[in-house]
Amino acid sequence: MTLVDDLKALRQQAQEHIEDRNADLEQLRIEYLGRKGQLTKLLKGMKDVPAADRKTVGQVGNEVREFIANTLAERQKQKAAAELDRQLAAETIDVTLPGSSPIQGQTHVLQQIMDEIESHFLGMGFQVIDDPVDSPEVETDEYNFERENLPKDHPARDMQDTFYVTPEILLRTQTSPVQSRVLEKHDFSKGPLKMIAPGKVYRRDTDDATHSHQFHQVEGLVVGENVTMADLKGTLLSIMQELFGEKHQIRLRPSYFPFTEPSVEVDVSWDEVTPDTKPEDIRWIEVLGAGMTHPNVLKMDGVDPEKYSAFAFGLGPDRFAMLKYGVEDIRQFYLNDVRFLSQFNRKGN
Amino acid sequence: MKVNMTWLNTYLDNQLDLAGEAVQDLAETIERNSVEVDSVSTLAGQQDGLVVAQVESTQGHPDSDHLTIAQLDIGNGQKVQIVTGAPNIATGQLVILAQVGAHIIDRESGDLVEIKAVNLRGQQSAGMVVALQEIGFTNQIAPKDFEAGIYVFDPKSGVQPGDDALEKLGMYEPVIDTDLTPNRADLLSMVGSAYELGAILDFKTTLPSFKLTEQADIQANDLVGAQIDEDDLLSDYGLRVVTDLQVGDSPLWLQRCLWNAGIRPINNVVDTTNYLMLLYGQPLHAYDLDKLPDQKLTVRLAKEGEKLTTLDQENRDLRPGQDIVIASAGQPLMLAGVMGGTAAEVDENTHRIVLESARFNPTLIRATARRHNLHSQAASRFERGINPDQIFTVLDHAASLAAELGQGQVTADQVIGAKTPYQAPEISITTQRINQILGTDLATKTVASIFDRLNLPYKLDQDQFVVKVPGRRTDLRIPADLIEEVARLNGYDNLPATLLTGETTPGQLTHRQRQIRASRHIMESLGLNQAISYALTTPEKASRFAEEDEKGQDLLTLDYPMSSDRTTARQNLLSGLLDDVAYNVARSVTDVALYEQGRIFLNEQPGKQPLELEHLAGVLTGSLQHSTWQDQKNEKAVDFYDLKGIVSTYLTEIGVENVAFRATDRLAAMHPGQTADLYQGDTYLGFIGQIHPRILQEAKLPTVFGFELNLEAIMQVAQGQVDYQPISRFPKITRDLALLVDEQISNQAVEDVITHAAGPCLVNTTVFDVYTGDSLPAGKKSLAYELTYQDRETTLKESTVNEDFDRVIKALEKQLQATVR
Repeated sequence: MTLVDDLKALRQQAQEHIEDRNADLEQLRIEYLGRKGQLTKLLKGMKDVPAADRKTVGQVGNEVREFIANTLAERQKQKAAAELDRQLAAETIDVTLPGSSPIQGQTHVLQQIMDEIESHFLGMGFQVIDDPVDSPEVETDEYNFERENLPKDHPARDMQDTFYVTPEILLRTQTSPVQSRVLEKHDFSKGPLKMIAPGKVYRRDTDDATHSHQFHQVEGLVVGENVTMADLKGTLLSIMQELFGEKHQIRLRPSYFPFTEPSVEVDVSWDEVTPDTKPEDIRWIEVLGAGMTHPNVLKMDGVDPEKYSAFAFGLGPDRFAMLKYGVEDIRQFYLNDVRFLSQFNRKGN
Repeated sequence: MKVNMTWLNTYLDNQLDLAGEAVQDLAETIERNSVEVDSVSTLAGQQDGLVVAQVESTQGHPDSDHLTIAQLDIGNGQKVQIVTGAPNIATGQLVILAQVGAHIIDRESGDLVEIKAVNLRGQQSAGMVVALQEIGFTNQIAPKDFEAGIYVFDPKSGVQPGDDALEKLGMYEPVIDTDLTPNRADLLSMVGSAYELGAILDFKTTLPSFKLTEQADIQANDLVGAQIDEDDLLSDYGLRVVTDLQVGDSPLWLQRCLWNAGIRPINNVVDTTNYLMLLYGQPLHAYDLDKLPDQKLTVRLAKEGEKLTTLDQENRDLRPGQDIVIASAGQPLMLAGVMGGTAAEVDENTHRIVLESARFNPTLIRATARRHNLHSQAASRFERGINPDQIFTVLDHAASLAAELGQGQVTADQVIGAKTPYQAPEISITTQRINQILGTDLATKTVASIFDRLNLPYKLDQDQFVVKVPGRRTDLRIPADLIEEVARLNGYDNLPATLLTGETTPGQLTHRQRQIRASRHIMESLGLNQAISYALTTPEKASRFAEEDEKGQDLLTLDYPMSSDRTTARQNLLSGLLDDVAYNVARSVTDVALYEQGRIFLNEQPGKQPLELEHLAGVLTGSLQHSTWQDQKNEKAVDFYDLKGIVSTYLTEIGVENVAFRATDRLAAMHPGQTADLYQGDTYLGFIGQIHPRILQEAKLPTVFGFELNLEAIMQVAQGQVDYQPISRFPKITRDLALLVDEQISNQAVEDVITHAAGPCLVNTTVFDVYTGDSLPAGKKSLAYELTYQDRETTLKESTVNEDFDRVIKALEKQLQATVR
């Protein structure tokens, strides 16, 4: 047996040992490649190899060392991977158990509707007026009624039962007074006035499923040169399609409000309207009142009705929310039952 | 108003199609062009099988005291026998028979029931003879009480056995009930409705006509006089006298008109006044001339202590100086324009009547109707404003009709108390202006045709219209009113829908609005649901979270509240949130986390508008964690620090830094040992803490923590700018510090000493352990802190940190008598 043969035999033997599934790889490294290992021992026989062969034998020795080292490393990697697999298998959990969700508060459904209206009108270049100075919830009779073309003995005052504090101070019954408060300060040299005024309003009503002494309104007003009723119709169509969906339609019907002339009630279609829908099949739901601002109202706010025209509308978030979600009792909005509030949790619509 | 479409057709040259569905379409047309429609109905409803029958003979039932057997002729030679309990059945009468198989509306239940042949104590009854109340009439419209028995046709009405009774009673006539807006007084009349439908459908209208024959030899003025005490009570007042009358039932055609309009037929005189009111919209009144205490009617304001029994049998105290009355010899006879009195009521013995047609002051009538809660047909017309151009014509028509129906004589002339001839106002408008306001492109001839359809007389010059407003349309006052007429008759469906053009304006929220919206979003991200509570509450709750000596101050209280729960405007949001918590807890919802953003009201100058401030408040009760199967995350009841964490995070995110939480016991509604006032510098921001257990107990609530912040103050001090610092490349060094201090020493006090004593390299101090217990000396507690040092510019030296740390320890030992453990 030459040293070369011994080296080859060692290589064979080492491979077998390393591939044994129970092999202790560190032990084998020491046994074969250590300072006192078998390879070192064999290579000590190098001194007996003729000088001419030493180079060849040396090469074989290096190859064997390299082979054993590589084989060990490869095997080590395999074992580590297998070990990780075992460990991960042991860590398997039941992914169907419930997660622990951080609690999340929800925006009140009425606020959601008002936010939607607000964002729509901001996109159309409207201002939002909701501060206590221009939109007080406790108003004067003058702004709430008289400036809205409702003098003290006007029959239409019967339409609104009012919470009075004194004969001149009252809880506002509508957000319309915001119009006057903003309009009388508006500088038309800076362009037309486009505003919405969301807020709480109050009526002297007994609370039941369809009446609430407190509810919300979003007043809208546009004043400028050449503001038309067709613009009003287009503006209302766009907000109704925003709230109820693009395929819904509106219809305008004559009505009467002391502060607008012409005045209209606006209905929205309950279902989507396609070109195939027969007119008699459309179910109309009354949703808001609107009109061209009465010239008397403009005059009282210091605006020349010959030069400027205006439209106004009043949206009812409570009614929209009732229609949109099928809420049957308006009191739900103000009782704040957590089971009610937390249902309105969809975002990004 | 209940508008009978069959009657209306009398005044239209083209006839409305009233068959089946066509009435619904008509109602839809009315809604789109005119006014809202409440209902479309007929008195008949689903009833059928009712015929006119003649009673040929009657005989008593052999086995009953109160039943009668009657043989009826139902036309075409057909006879039937019925058994009836009606007390008033008699031979020769024309009655209504519900035949076997007929369907009638049950008087009690309102359900449709079928008539079956029955055997009543051995006698066959092939149907039922009915009263009007048994076929859908209410007592309010049936001419006679139900107890009076079955309905009997007037022999002069021309009905024959076998006729369809529902048709003869006018019960198939479709009635459209319109819901009128306050401006459309004209539509409270058949004439006005005819003009309106004529305008919508482009039908010509024919006014009702009458022929008046006066008895030349008797002057009305000799029989009755009229005196008006004050000018502003009315503008027009006229009387007519009809003599030699026979009061009795009105003919069927007239009764039909009344009951279809929801008015009960009374007698031919009263029915005449009601019929003409429906026809023209002009309320009328009839007095029995022989019951007048004096032959003069005086219109005046009520006097002190006067009383009047009105026709609804109510005894009313009149409001002196405010209610208008018609009086005779000092006795009030009528609440003018609202309701007559019983004293001079027309009855079956009346032979001479005074008819009154007037235009009273609408404001006074409205006030009287409200005061007496008497919203009569007359009052509703006077309030809205009646046609000033027909008062005396209607009076003539009334006299003519009353005389015709009662075979009486109309005396010569009207008695005029006041007369204000109608001056038709003129309104100018151009086609260009109409198009400018509507955004349309209508031709002048289109506008002209609309005014033609409306029967509005006008002069036209180029595109300029000058419209003369007829008395029936006094709601038309300004050009905008005419624009509305054009818009609605042209049809709103034909109005284009355009988007605003012209100068664009920026639509953006103000800084304040963004801060408020951000406040809401932060609260929601911290787990609180937004609540919107009632702003009206009780005085106690309104000022519950004020200091004791300020309670009840600046309250805004309603003059005339609806209920004792809602009398006062809130001065805090917490009370409302506590109501919300109570509502939830009562329904077994025990985990509640709510916030509210809204106004509070301080009535600092009574008689003026109150100060309105935006507040932000929140409540926590139960657990913040939802129930979990993982032990280590189990439900834990919320405590002060949960809420403080929420408020602190909110304040940081909204840009309010360095907020001091100062323990306070100044609020009686809060737990004295678990409440803090929040300050930034000298600015008071609000308070936080546990609601006082006494209040919780009263409201049957578990432990609740709450905060109330003045959002106005927060927005004042908030700093929006983010102060960005590059992340330091140099390592941090930490030191732990455990201290033994007196129990009363607060964390804040310790941190203040640390911050003050430490150099600029101390970047953070965190308390990580608080311990009190048996192993410590009495009155002491242990606090442990981690101090973090870092230099932005260079690597810190251990020695620098050690020096600084020693300084901190010395300061704590000296200032707080702390012992380092």
